Amino acid sequence: MPGRAQLAGALMLLFAAAAAPLLPDWIVSLATISLANALVVLGLIVLWRAGLVSFGQALYYCIGAYTVALIAKWTGFSDAIGLVLLGGIAAGLVAGLVGFLVARYREIFFAMLSLALSMILYGVLVKTESLGSTDGFSVNVPTFLGFAPHGQTLGLSLYWLTLAIDAIAAILIANYFNSIAGALAAPIRDNEIRVEFLGVSVSGIVHAKVVIAGVLGGFGGALAALTIGHVDPNMSYWTTSGGFVFVTILAGAGSIAAAFIGSVVFESVRSFAVDVMPGLWQMTLGSVLLLTILFLPEGLGSLFKGRKRASEPA
Amino acid sequence: MSDILTVRNLEKTFGSLVAAHNINVSVPAEQTVGVIGANGAGKTTFINMITGHLRPTAGTIMFEDMDITGKPARQIVRLGISRSFQVAQVFPTLSVFDNMCVAAAIARRRGGLFGAVATPLRSPAAVAEADAAIDLFQIGRYKHASASTLPQGIRKLLDIGMAVVGWPRLLLLDEPTSGISIEEKSDLMRVIVSALKSRKITVLFVEHDMEIVASFADRVLAFYDGTVIADGTPDAALGDPKVQELISGVHLRPQGAAHA
Repeated sequence: MPGRAQLAGALMLLFAAAAAPLLPDWIVSLATISLANALVVLGLIVLWRAGLVSFGQALYYCIGAYTVALIAKWTGFSDAIGLVLLGGIAAGLVAGLVGFLVARYREIFFAMLSLALSMILYGVLVKTESLGSTDGFSVNVPTFLGFAPHGQTLGLSLYWLTLAIDAIAAILIANYFNSIAGALAAPIRDNEIRVEFLGVSVSGIVHAKVVIAGVLGGFGGALAALTIGHVDPNMSYWTTSGGFVFVTILAGAGSIAAAFIGSVVFESVRSFAVDVMPGLWQMTLGSVLLLTILFLPEGLGSLFKGRKRASEPA
Repeated sequence: MSDILTVRNLEKTFGSLVAAHNINVSVPAEQTVGVIGANGAGKTTFINMITGHLRPTAGTIMFEDMDITGKPARQIVRLGISRSFQVAQVFPTLSVFDNMCVAAAIARRRGGLFGAVATPLRSPAAVAEADAAIDLFQIGRYKHASASTLPQGIRKLLDIGMAVVGWPRLLLLDEPTSGISIEEKSDLMRVIVSALKSRKITVLFVEHDMEIVASFADRVLAFYDGTVIADGTPDAALGDPKVQELISGVHLRPQGAAHA
């Protein structure tokens, strides 16, 4: 049942794909990173809707990135699509294990436990000299189904791959939000006891959300690793997680498109602020967040949600 | 008519405290049973054991010839036993319709977690079932209202409606009229009982108002100190001297009778 939102999404996607060759490299590269990070944000929205905030989503981001970098380094396997899939799968497997622990916790305990786990990975990577300690190491240039683009074409190829994965993720997550498991987010946030007494395991549903968010985080990290061409332990550091939470607040949990728009806005503001006032960029970002919370408490997504609600049948 | 629920020698102890002991009850299908007793008499413990919230220390609970003793609550719900709560348990940020729809979709889902991911929440069947339950409990004018804004009586009906969309065969109502003003209690119970009777649901309801029990129950179970002290028709049970002394109060009945 394609509605107005789906149509707008499809048009936005086509425009984003078609406009890229006309833009300078640095914009394409910035957009690729933004749209890769948007996947992590989408995962945070999945959790957020159930009232859960993860301050350690960088764990999966980093696992996705290091999986890509290590497989490329050790095996020589270089296909971008295969590498990204493996990054997502690796992060999903870790999320599956982590879920057994964190799915029983809520609120600040869930947030802090996630944070702690991501900092453990950070600590391990910093101490691992064979992987470059704090410097990390560079990622081999990927190929695309046998083609080995370079220069501008490489950047565009990664951009289109990211766009394609974003589109698939957006469609799947939209379907998930309409499914029983996805739609139970608000009921779980509201009243877990009632959900249990309707015959559903709340921890099972939360566990699934942790895995979904983990897989999305892994895809995001994998794409970022290929785009940046380098991985380092900072990908698992708490400020990286904080950045994703920042974008989630900016975007709001109300709509899927907001994850992508919010991420692009965030990276643009950051790049602009660093460029124009190098000493004050954190302050600029902070002000943007403050204004968002004051005037758009439900995030950028609420800007187009109002119109959507008006067109919904009563 | 065979018995839908058979409880044998049920016992629950918390350390040295005996919350329930020596409970023996059989309930035939489609009966409406009022459960009375003072606070702490073991009524809610009894309900919690049947619904799987508490595991009995001893004894057996049979539901339609199946031993459900100590089974987890989620499994018992799926076998056909639902409950409502003393304090209505709804989803406050959702509308009445969405509350019902969530309950209906969960009740109709198949195939565990994978089924929950593959099935849409607003499937036509779930929507139809939610609408039917809203009509059944006569709360149509609140359909799109947020559950947090509902009057107490409507919240109660919504809570019970959410337990009924799964088509349970046995429903346990923990104080369906608690928090409701005395004038509204009868009307509320009339809506509840007629809705449940139309679906041929066997009902156990906990109630403190003896007039409500007398008008709506086919049978009364009186609890005192963790066990059943009287079991019979409302007239017989409420007229029982022990029940009058320990639960309803000796002077209440004769005075009521004198006015009648």
